[in-house]
Amino acid sequence: MILLYSSPEALLIQLKSWTVSLAPAAWQPVLSSAISALVILLLFAGIFALTTLVERKGLGRIQNRPGPNRVGPCGLFQPIADGVKSLIKEDIVPAAADRAVHFLAPLVVLAPAALALALIPLGPGLAAVDMDAGLLCFFAVGTASELGAFMAGWASHNKYTILGAMRAIAQMISFELPLVLSTLTVVMLSGTLSLSSIAQQQGSYWFGLPAWNVFTPWGLAGFIIFLIAATAESNRSPFDLPEGESELIGGFMTEYSGFKYAVFFMGEYFGMFAISGLTITLFLGGWNAPFSFLVWIPSFIWFLIKLGLMLAWFIWVRGTLPRVRVDQLMNFCWKMLLPLSLLNILAAIFWHFTASWQFPGAWGLRWAIGFGMIALPFIGISQSGARQKKWGPRIYRYAD
Amino acid sequence: MSAVFIFLAGLLLASSLAAVMFRRLVYTALSLAVAFASLAALYLHLGAEFAGFAQVMVYVGAVAILIVFALLLTRNAGSDPEHPGHGGSWITGAAIAVLVFGCLAFNIVTSSACARPMPNPPSITTRQIGESLMTRYVLPLEVLGLLLTAAALGAATLALEDKRKS
Amino acid sequence: MSGTPLVYYLLLAALLFSIGLGAALTRRNAILVLIGIELMLNAANLNFIAFWRYSPNPEALSGFMFVLFSIAVAAAEAAVGLALIVSIYRHRRTTRLEGMSSLKG
Repeated sequence: MILLYSSPEALLIQLKSWTVSLAPAAWQPVLSSAISALVILLLFAGIFALTTLVERKGLGRIQNRPGPNRVGPCGLFQPIADGVKSLIKEDIVPAAADRAVHFLAPLVVLAPAALALALIPLGPGLAAVDMDAGLLCFFAVGTASELGAFMAGWASHNKYTILGAMRAIAQMISFELPLVLSTLTVVMLSGTLSLSSIAQQQGSYWFGLPAWNVFTPWGLAGFIIFLIAATAESNRSPFDLPEGESELIGGFMTEYSGFKYAVFFMGEYFGMFAISGLTITLFLGGWNAPFSFLVWIPSFIWFLIKLGLMLAWFIWVRGTLPRVRVDQLMNFCWKMLLPLSLLNILAAIFWHFTASWQFPGAWGLRWAIGFGMIALPFIGISQSGARQKKWGPRIYRYAD
Repeated sequence: MSAVFIFLAGLLLASSLAAVMFRRLVYTALSLAVAFASLAALYLHLGAEFAGFAQVMVYVGAVAILIVFALLLTRNAGSDPEHPGHGGSWITGAAIAVLVFGCLAFNIVTSSACARPMPNPPSITTRQIGESLMTRYVLPLEVLGLLLTAAALGAATLALEDKRKS
Repeated sequence: MSGTPLVYYLLLAALLFSIGLGAALTRRNAILVLIGIELMLNAANLNFIAFWRYSPNPEALSGFMFVLFSIAVAAAEAAVGLALIVSIYRHRRTTRLEGMSSLKG
């Protein structure tokens, strides 16, 4: 087979199909899947190692300390040291634990996260699984991690773990609603559930500026709602109540040690990568370059740059915001995010049906009205919520 | 029979049997989740992508979790040693189940509908499903929305009962 | 694609239905009875999907739509049923079906 160079993405695809064509015909589908899985796992395992290091160093800088800097130059080999440490540590299973479920729980958390990663298109044609109902599949596999949290919490036979598991399930179920509803606007306006076509549709430019979904009023509101819900869904700070160290020791992961804990950790980070990838695909233009004069940089590089920015944002938030209280969390989800994401659907409908406005200044007017449709209710809800003390500062009743 | 079908059918039967046989209720809920997931995989195997993912989302993500919650909330009820989980009339129940299966299997095997050849895989896109939901099936869809709203309100009312009284 | 004849899918669904029926008839815990009912519903869904796949005109989507609606109805049923069970448990401290039969004539 001759490799025809047209674009870097096409080169990668040709390389893969050439490798696959070397195998006997019966094994080709298996080999093709295996290569895709291997590439996804290796790529994101590498990003995982890098992220743990960057996160520890970044948090260190935020907290005015150097962070890990002993292993290798600038502490670059710290992830390797961490991996070796978790491998050779003793694997403790509590005597009262349910051994089978205790063993299975980390796998049930990791596997769906890795599956979700396979759905994210890294470039045109560069998705391991490109299916017509991709977005639905993403949310379907995401639901399995709730069961994993429950299994871990229940099997450990410890009140902290069961409390953490109940918190995790309640939080994940609640925040799934605004998460799904805010993606609904994108699905409505792009008319497809396929992630690669959603990314494809954001590939046009308007006077050199990108036509990403985030630059529309519904897209901006949806992006913010989605980002908050995604932070909660991946149990990241400030929504890390399921494992809140100061209250629950380690939440549903309390009784895990050694490699099983590392698998949990990896599952959590893979989930964060997957949801960041989905944010990029839905709102931030997928693999597309931000300006039309930068399209010569390959698409997957753009995707990875955006992924890095998303992860940096997650780390920054973790270093900056304190943990919320559990009633604040639930009130915020059900009384703030959910109504706003429903209103956002209305704003998206308005945007869709005013697309035919042609008079001068129509775009600005559409933007202003669409933005007002979400911003005014937001101000109203937050003011009334603050008056009824649904969120806001803690009131100390028994101590002062 | 294809190997995928044999594997999924075996998994489905084993996990659903486990779901109804286990004495520990949490095992029941977990094997039920496996049964739902393998059923979803069977839907995918039959080419019904959308239904398979809907099955995973609703059954594994919602129904199994709800059952887990209900089991944990009613945890002290099952530990009554005088009343085991199986009733005294379990032989009658099992006999009825076997009888029903016999009737169904006899009718299935002798039916002429089973001789149907397998047509080529249909190319149903999600867009087609959405369009027929919004045109031909729009009335059932609206009724379903009403039903789900009523169910959500009803479940919330039932669960809030204690709070309202106090 | 799958070369499995339709009859195997129907037999599998019949077996699943019988398992669900057996659970609904023999178990005394209300939650387990609900699980049996869910299994029976799922067996019917499997039949619908199999018939849809083997029908001469799958583009009509009849069986497929039936399954979508059935899944949504089953979700509502499970939510209300479990809320009822939890609510009864609060009053009578039991999930056994014998404990809930005080309205029997």
